[in-house]
Amino acid sequence: MIAAIIRWLDERLHLEDLIAPFRHKTVPVHRLTYWYFFGGITLFLFGVQVITGILLLLYYNAGANEAFESVQYIMTKVRYGWLIRSIHSWSANLMILTAFLHMFSVLFLKAYRKPRELTWVSGMLLLFLVMGFGFSGYLLPWNTLAFFATKVGTAMVGQIPIVGQPMMIFLRGGQQVTGATLIRFFGFHVAVLPGLVVVLIAIHLFLVQRLGMSVPPKIEAEWVENPSARREMKFFPNFLLREMMAWYVAIGVLGALAAIFPWNLGVKADPFGSAPAGIKPEWYFLFMFQTLKLIPSKVWFIDGEVLGVLGCGLVALLWLLLPFFESEQPSRPKRWITGLAIFALMYVTGMSVYGFLAK
Amino acid sequence: MCGDQNTQPGATRRRVMSAFLGGGVLATFASFLYPIVRYILPPPVADLGVNEVVAGKVGDLKPNTGAIFRFGSSPGLLILASDGTYQALSATCTHLGCTVQYREDLHQVWCPCHNGIYGIDGRNISGPPPKPLQAYDVHLRGDEIVVTLKREA
Repeated sequence: MIAAIIRWLDERLHLEDLIAPFRHKTVPVHRLTYWYFFGGITLFLFGVQVITGILLLLYYNAGANEAFESVQYIMTKVRYGWLIRSIHSWSANLMILTAFLHMFSVLFLKAYRKPRELTWVSGMLLLFLVMGFGFSGYLLPWNTLAFFATKVGTAMVGQIPIVGQPMMIFLRGGQQVTGATLIRFFGFHVAVLPGLVVVLIAIHLFLVQRLGMSVPPKIEAEWVENPSARREMKFFPNFLLREMMAWYVAIGVLGALAAIFPWNLGVKADPFGSAPAGIKPEWYFLFMFQTLKLIPSKVWFIDGEVLGVLGCGLVALLWLLLPFFESEQPSRPKRWITGLAIFALMYVTGMSVYGFLAK
Repeated sequence: MCGDQNTQPGATRRRVMSAFLGGGVLATFASFLYPIVRYILPPPVADLGVNEVVAGKVGDLKPNTGAIFRFGSSPGLLILASDGTYQALSATCTHLGCTVQYREDLHQVWCPCHNGIYGIDGRNISGPPPKPLQAYDVHLRGDEIVVTLKREA
């Protein structure tokens, strides 16, 4: 029956031609193959976000007077509403985690080298967008922590010389964080960012498909020395089935976290209340937050805050362009890039832990 | 190593494993689908259980006019007929649920959506409505016009 439907479609649409490139694609098999899974897991978690996000839209109500109550309604009155929201929050955090793991694995396996510079650039842009999803989505329940995180986050944008103030007013929909900000962030979160992300994911996947999987230089060298050690598996179905097993594990972890540690809602935001003590951003912004806290208020003649924000922006830009600093000779990779990658990983981890423990 | 003896149990084992795998995947999807279906269907809203409302005050309506009032969570229509008697009806058209209105020129109740006509007593006279409008009891308490659900005879 199903075979007959597929045959009917194939006769008319020649589906076989569409699948053919996937049949030719192979995945190198070596001791580091499992690092190739993280991009796929990130994509899978994005799918979970789309589905649970649409479900939340059925009951969510943007607006300073309704947002908190509507999330409260989802969590207390709607059947399994607590679970759907908890999965959306946990999946968002796990997605950012796997995106970071994917980025560092690409960096250490040197997969960003020629000809994959644009794959890296599209991937970095996706990481920035995903963090934008995190920042905008965090405000939507309109609780105290989110309110002040948004106030601080948008104020940081306001520190940028010349363009900062107009950008801050654009983000906030006014001078202050109000219900207008909530409506804007809602629009960014459910319309603007998803549109951009879908286009970039398409580009990213096209490039991955077009260029094939990268083999780390060390392993490539081993294979050149000993050609009989070279191993590959077909992407379809062999690698895809393994990837789906990884997704199955991911959904298991996600379901367990969401059910055992349901995401809480906090206290409704009061724009005229004081910020609570020990307020911190989400963990994935902690390393930047802690860095900004450590910069003194005046460095030479520059404002510390301005220096920090501009520094973060500059580092992000250089990080985006990192592949263009790499040597085009696969046999002589630039050692300082590996050193920088190790430093970055240690810095991000160290500052996050410091930020988490600091009072 | 006779082929028949070796392939037969292998094939059975493969079938059993496939059944386990397929069953497991199906069970997983069922466990995703169940909460989603339950989530999509909105939680029931508590019935306010209204059976009596004050629809207005004597003198609010002129003879041969009608006005909409709230009866619980649905609209009702209060009519003061030319002969000075009050009449209260459900204002939800029995055809497809539009809210009806009193037509002073026709002395009848009219639904603008598909040109359904009812009499002042709620009887369906012409057009698509399949059933009469539900009629309510009206009585006066002081100068308040009180509308109640008709007692079942």
